[in-house]
Amino acid sequence: MTTIADIPQAKPSRRGSLTLRVGLALLGIHLVLGLLTVFWTPYDPAAMAGGRLSPPSLAHWAGTDRLGRDLMTQIMIGSRIALMVGAGAVVIGALIGVTLGLLAAFATRFLDDVLAAALDILIAFPTLLLAMLVVAASESASLGTAIVALGIALSAIVARLTRILAKRVLAQDYITAARTSGTSWPMVVFKHILPNIWPTLSVNFALQFGLAVIAEASLSYLGLGAPPPNASWGRLLQEAQGTVYTAPLGAILPGIALVILVIGMNFLADGLRDRADPMRGAAR
Amino acid sequence: MTTHLDVRGLTLTTQGRTLVSNLSFAIAPGERVGLIGESGSGKSLTAMAVSGLLPAAIRAQGSITLAGQEVIGAPGRVLDRLRGTEIAIVFQEPLTALDPLMRIGRQIGIPLSRRHRRDGRDLSGRALESEILGLLEKVRLPDPSRILRAHPWEISGGQRQRVAIAMALACRPKLLIADEPTTALDVTTQAEVLKLLDALVKELGMALLFISHDLPVVASIAERVIVLRSGEAVEAGPAGEVLVQPRHPYTQTLVEAARAFDDALSGGR
Amino acid sequence: MLEIANLRFGYGREKTVLEDVSFSVRAGANLGIVGESGSGKTTLLRLLLGLSRPQGGTISFDGETVDAADRGFMRRYRRKVQAVFQDPYSSLDPRQKVRDIIGEPLASLSIPGDHRQMVAAALDEVGLDESAMERLPHQFSGGQRQRIAIARAIVARPKMVLADEAVSALDLSTRIRIVELFKALSESLTLVFVSHDLGVVAALCEEIVILEAGRIVEQGRTSEILRAPAHPYTQRLLASVPRMPA
Repeated sequence: MTTIADIPQAKPSRRGSLTLRVGLALLGIHLVLGLLTVFWTPYDPAAMAGGRLSPPSLAHWAGTDRLGRDLMTQIMIGSRIALMVGAGAVVIGALIGVTLGLLAAFATRFLDDVLAAALDILIAFPTLLLAMLVVAASESASLGTAIVALGIALSAIVARLTRILAKRVLAQDYITAARTSGTSWPMVVFKHILPNIWPTLSVNFALQFGLAVIAEASLSYLGLGAPPPNASWGRLLQEAQGTVYTAPLGAILPGIALVILVIGMNFLADGLRDRADPMRGAAR
Repeated sequence: MTTHLDVRGLTLTTQGRTLVSNLSFAIAPGERVGLIGESGSGKSLTAMAVSGLLPAAIRAQGSITLAGQEVIGAPGRVLDRLRGTEIAIVFQEPLTALDPLMRIGRQIGIPLSRRHRRDGRDLSGRALESEILGLLEKVRLPDPSRILRAHPWEISGGQRQRVAIAMALACRPKLLIADEPTTALDVTTQAEVLKLLDALVKELGMALLFISHDLPVVASIAERVIVLRSGEAVEAGPAGEVLVQPRHPYTQTLVEAARAFDDALSGGR
Repeated sequence: MLEIANLRFGYGREKTVLEDVSFSVRAGANLGIVGESGSGKTTLLRLLLGLSRPQGGTISFDGETVDAADRGFMRRYRRKVQAVFQDPYSSLDPRQKVRDIIGEPLASLSIPGDHRQMVAAALDEVGLDESAMERLPHQFSGGQRQRIAIARAIVARPKMVLADEAVSALDLSTRIRIVELFKALSESLTLVFVSHDLGVVAALCEEIVILEAGRIVEQGRTSEILRAPAHPYTQRLLASVPRMPA
């Protein structure tokens, strides 16, 4: 009967599945490299494996850094750290954010207003600045601190998104129908709200993964991230800064690795979004 | 010219699916035509095609001439002019058809001053306001000077639909398209809006294309009806014939259903 | 079966939604509650469903007071009273399979028995094939969706079903069939049908309550009210319904 119901929805595009696959492939490169380092690395990451700043060769595919360490090894370890940071920050951000967001969605008008205002203020701070504040507040810089800091910084965005999405779902008749079917509020959250907000949240998580990886690289670049011997890409960049004219690869390669991962996550997010949409499409 | 709107062999397709196929009808000046269809019949798409508002993803074939001007494939500039003078539309949901942030007076004032500018007159201030008030009175809105300054959410659904009609009238169209204009309204409000539309169409000599799924509503306002089903016209003719002695089985089921509720109201359960 | 006495509900001091509403529903009856927007019919239904608490007056079901805060009672009440809503697009969770949608009352109320079989029986009763079970709501038309919503309402074998504008969003040809389905089902249960559509209510209910601006203006046997409406509002309402040409 509605005007919109008469308009056929666009079919799920091929492009959607393509971006998803490219995203997964780019992420896959890092997953393979990163996981590999758990069992094996080409060289001992801390040891002098060859001459200083040597160019790429058969022995050292990406050359060596100014201390003579194998650069390929460092970048592979960087993959592992980046994945840990991204996944860790997103999980922490999701746990805090989704909980807060749901709380706000269910809260009384007053509490909801207070929470919403607090979240808006938090979001006004750049993620990096927020993370730096958390790191500064903690005793020492470590990989764990950086992950927690980034997770907390991301949680405000997750909370606000969750609140809006959950409120939209709560207004649907199927929530009332669930209530009159005898479903308790906690079960309503797990059976109806979370499954229905998940597709949109997951797109956001993929984007935030990339955001967290960049933010951690920035923290490490500033010396606030994972301390040595953790070869974060940000620290690799910082170390290569002095020799960027004589041995540019030391700066270029970590940069490329970072870009591949972030673009991969963005593609993944795009693909997930296209996938989430056709389902909604049929529901007018 | 005897026909104002002439639709010939209109076919609408998207991604290999046919939404409307080979639809032909004409509307003479001052004539009132009802387009009956259920969801998925293509009735709203037909209205959009006639007013040149089809989404880009939908391909239109055939011909639609409005006041002698071909609509299909016409550039936006031509369509804008047509929509300003020949044709105006009233939609189902008056709440979303009005800008929530704009006072009613301004929303009506914009098409009104545009029409006057086109006629070579610049209308503003007092003169514009009195014309707007005139339109609000024309659609029988109570207390027009209050409504002039109100926002859409400050007035009732029926009043909003009257405002939407006033906006449509502001450009003095020769054809008014009303797409389910009373479906979102209460029964008593619906009766009032239908009466208003009926009176206005007569008074201003407009042609009317009234689109609805509701048979009795269409019956109360249209002289001639076209029954659409899955994009095809299954039956057309005078309302008094089609709705009293339907020939096509589909029209028969619709009429039967409508009569069942009618009979229930008459106590013949 | 359902006794409503002096019900009052409002927001704040000045906005009264329901005032002094009293009526009763006999077991096995079909009662229509007719009202336009602002009549308070949706609020009344929420109170009857125990989703909100009235500010005054009482609702009692089989002699017990319907109290949304009484968890033990509400659990028993939900087993006996189920609901069907207006919009079949919004009332079915788009990410749940039909089997889980219809099975929700069975699972939530921990009703013993073979749930799969009970869901299949409910599907059969509303005229849908068992193969619908594994599908998602968006694969069905509006009318079929409303059948699924009705199946969910009857699957736990309630004594009473409350329907909120349950056919208003449907096309005419679908609407008549869903009304017929309600009529058939109402043989074995009590039906309270809330609607703005007098024609639908007349076709379905032998008794009606007419609400205007939160008050009951007229109630009684449908046939009598339709023949001789006493209140001016009822008269206006009846006169406003568009009729088919003779």
